[in-house]
Amino acid sequence: MSLLHLAIFSPFLMAIFVPFLYKGLKSIHTGWFVLALPILLFTYFIGFLPITRNNGTVEKSFDWIPSLGIHFTAYVDGLGLLFALLITGIGALVVLYSIFYLSKEKESLHNFYVYLLLFMGAMLGVVLSDNLITLYMFWELTSISSFLLIAYWYDRERSRYGALKSMLLTVFGGLSMLGGILLLSIMGDTFSIRELISQAGELNQHPLFLFALILILLGAFTKSAQFPFYIWLPDAMEAPTPVSAYLHSATMVKAGIYLVARLSPIFAFSSYWFWIVGAIGIFTMFWGSFNAVKQTDLKGILAFSTVSQLGLIMSLLGVGAAALHFDTLNDNIYIAAVIAAVFHLINHATFKGSLFMVVGIVDHETGTRDIRKLGGLLSFMPVTFTIAVIGAFSMAGLPPFNGFLSKEMFFTGMIQLVNLDLFNLETWGMLFPILAWIGSIFTFIYSMMFVFKTFSGKYQPEKLDKKPHEAPVGMLISPIILAFLVVLFGLFPNLLSYSLIQPAAAAIVPSLVGPGELLDVHISHWHGFNPELWMTIGVIAVGTLMYLTLSKWIKLYALFPGKVTLNALYDTSLYAAERGSYTLTKAYMNGFIRTYLVYIFAFFIGILGFTMWTRQALTIDTSNLAPIGVYEIVLVVIITAGIFTILFAKSRLTSIIALGAVGYTVSLFFVIFRAPDLALTQLVIETVSVALFLLCFYHLPKLNRHEERMGFKLGNLIISLGVGAVISLMAISAHSNKMFESIASFYVENTYKEAAGKNMVNVILVDFRGFDTLFEISVLAIAGLGIFGLIKLRLAKKGEEADEN
Amino acid sequence: MEILMSIVIGALFASSVYLMLSKSLLRIIIGTGLLSHGAHLLIITMGGLKRGAAPLLGEKAASYVDPLPQALILTAIVISFGVTALFLVLAYRAYQELGTDNMDEMRGNEAND
Repeated sequence: MSLLHLAIFSPFLMAIFVPFLYKGLKSIHTGWFVLALPILLFTYFIGFLPITRNNGTVEKSFDWIPSLGIHFTAYVDGLGLLFALLITGIGALVVLYSIFYLSKEKESLHNFYVYLLLFMGAMLGVVLSDNLITLYMFWELTSISSFLLIAYWYDRERSRYGALKSMLLTVFGGLSMLGGILLLSIMGDTFSIRELISQAGELNQHPLFLFALILILLGAFTKSAQFPFYIWLPDAMEAPTPVSAYLHSATMVKAGIYLVARLSPIFAFSSYWFWIVGAIGIFTMFWGSFNAVKQTDLKGILAFSTVSQLGLIMSLLGVGAAALHFDTLNDNIYIAAVIAAVFHLINHATFKGSLFMVVGIVDHETGTRDIRKLGGLLSFMPVTFTIAVIGAFSMAGLPPFNGFLSKEMFFTGMIQLVNLDLFNLETWGMLFPILAWIGSIFTFIYSMMFVFKTFSGKYQPEKLDKKPHEAPVGMLISPIILAFLVVLFGLFPNLLSYSLIQPAAAAIVPSLVGPGELLDVHISHWHGFNPELWMTIGVIAVGTLMYLTLSKWIKLYALFPGKVTLNALYDTSLYAAERGSYTLTKAYMNGFIRTYLVYIFAFFIGILGFTMWTRQALTIDTSNLAPIGVYEIVLVVIITAGIFTILFAKSRLTSIIALGAVGYTVSLFFVIFRAPDLALTQLVIETVSVALFLLCFYHLPKLNRHEERMGFKLGNLIISLGVGAVISLMAISAHSNKMFESIASFYVENTYKEAAGKNMVNVILVDFRGFDTLFEISVLAIAGLGIFGLIKLRLAKKGEEADEN
Repeated sequence: MEILMSIVIGALFASSVYLMLSKSLLRIIIGTGLLSHGAHLLIITMGGLKRGAAPLLGEKAASYVDPLPQALILTAIVISFGVTALFLVLAYRAYQELGTDNMDEMRGNEAND
């Protein structure tokens, strides 16, 4: 356990105290206490920068389940640190923002901050674990905390729906990923990511390699909302806006990106990886931006935009895999794609975070997020407008913001593909830049919609619940910081180049970086009039034109049939699964006690009979039997007669007397079998039982067979005969196979020595097995209480009736 | 003797299962009573029958029968009595409340579906 482990666990520890802080110090917003933690962690992780700057790493390990090779190895390298800084940095800003967003009077803040801290710790665990099992554990924990946070306003139906949807999809992916992890561990005989990376060459030849690849990618794609699994992300927008900013744009949805980046050294050499990651990524990028344009909810626009941007980063990672096919570091243009992916990851967190906070402010101050109702807010909220312009223009890829730089690099990566003579790219490769360009046009359009439909145009006060005004200063701090970063990284991108981007990119393509070497990362604004710049100019020109004519062609979206969407597929399959399992369960859980008894007895016969048969346990040993005397034969006859009398009795009195006869015969058996204590007890109990039966039967109805049909009787007969036969055979076999020495001699020897008693049975009961007797008494007491309660219940009810009358 | 007892025990179990599967509440309770008799006899038979004197040191015999099954059965007898008593009261109350002793009519509540 090191300080690093403590840092990962600190959010969980903090979460323990949150409810007490909330209950104890009502007057102070709980967020202020929570805020200290991410700030502290952020500064702690900043301290690692000098180490990772030169591609150094830090590793601390402690054994968790050593027998299974599961260690909690905390591992900090450039990639992990980048994510850790995002998690804690954005986390601090989001907590600060939430203090003003969530009212301390109305909201159950303790829940909110416990879930948020749970998420923070889990996410740190994901990005700082070297062991795949630990990573998986934290991975699922992020899904759970995301579920809890989406359902934070759990009295809303949409929140519950969204939470369930995200849970089902991400946990499905998580389980697939677990399968992939297990396959990897079978292939490489380790759970450690770095050890697996060192065997990447052999793993690539393994027959299970492709299955592991697909299963792991399922986990990454569901988490990072790639096509066709993206459908949970728009519904996750039911969460409070700080949560959307934090989990569903800046951090959690990037866990899939992280996984792809982290495992790239293992898988990236395979052409499947290149095609699946690249193609799904670029299509998601196009599809997300295409669908964002038709949204009318500001958060809906941002949700689809996030899907699209995640697809963009994913496609860059896929394309970057091509870098591994070139041995030299010099002149390797595909590394640029990896660098662009890392750079855009940072940029997306900054501009999307600020945009979500802008939506939160608009929602908070006007009471709606619907762009059909909004408009003309510019004069009321100038600061918010400025932030929105910076964020949205960066998202659209306009200079001088950071989004422009990474978008240009994205185009570079896509254009280079056409020149690649690998994986048949000369034919299909052209689609990558085309989809990228079309997707960027739609990105431009929805970015403009976001700004101008909200802040310019006609002000419609009659449609708003509140009179809009500028947000409180506290709420503006976080988005202002993020917007400032957008501008800063846009103007001085090389602040990041060697501090964050290079170490992270080097961790994605470690085989290309020799010891002591650094990747060449230099980001510049001006490359001359190259194809990328023309593409951007084209995006702006076409995008502006299409935005201005939006009302003419937006109706085209209505042409898409509503019934064949992925959402409809999800809904119908979920409904079918529910109905199906309900019908199936109803079919065998039908509410009749008899049915359940039949199951129990049938399994009893089946399993015991089967085991005795297969293990050949059925033996009859006649050598060691006690002799049969006349008394025993008489008793056997009596007991058999008693049983038959009960079975065929027409009146209840006959049954009770016959049952008593059986009981007394049993006590006589005890006499013969040298058990005087048992005989005495049985006699007493039997007498009391018969008395009790008679007392109760006096009040009970006549013995009624309730018209049992022949088939019913026959079924019962077969089952009961089966049970009887199995018991008889088991008893005979158990008698014939003495597998262990009897422990009886211990009691015979020690009864007097240890307990100074002469009646062995009594000594066992009160001394050797005294606790058994104590519990026996407890059982009796509980039965007594139950009886008392049942009788009292009646009296109470009668009392009520009397009162009513 | 042990084999004979095993068959008797089997008969006790078979009849008790038959009774428990029937529709009448009373027969079910009688069935559980028979079941505990069968179980008790099973335990004592498993310990071996008539292999010595009763487990009382005062007998000063060379060998005694196994005392452990007897201790177990003693506990079981008392508990089965408690259970039977509870069943009886439960049956009595159920009959009073529901007006039937037919298990088919006492089926799980449909309203919960």
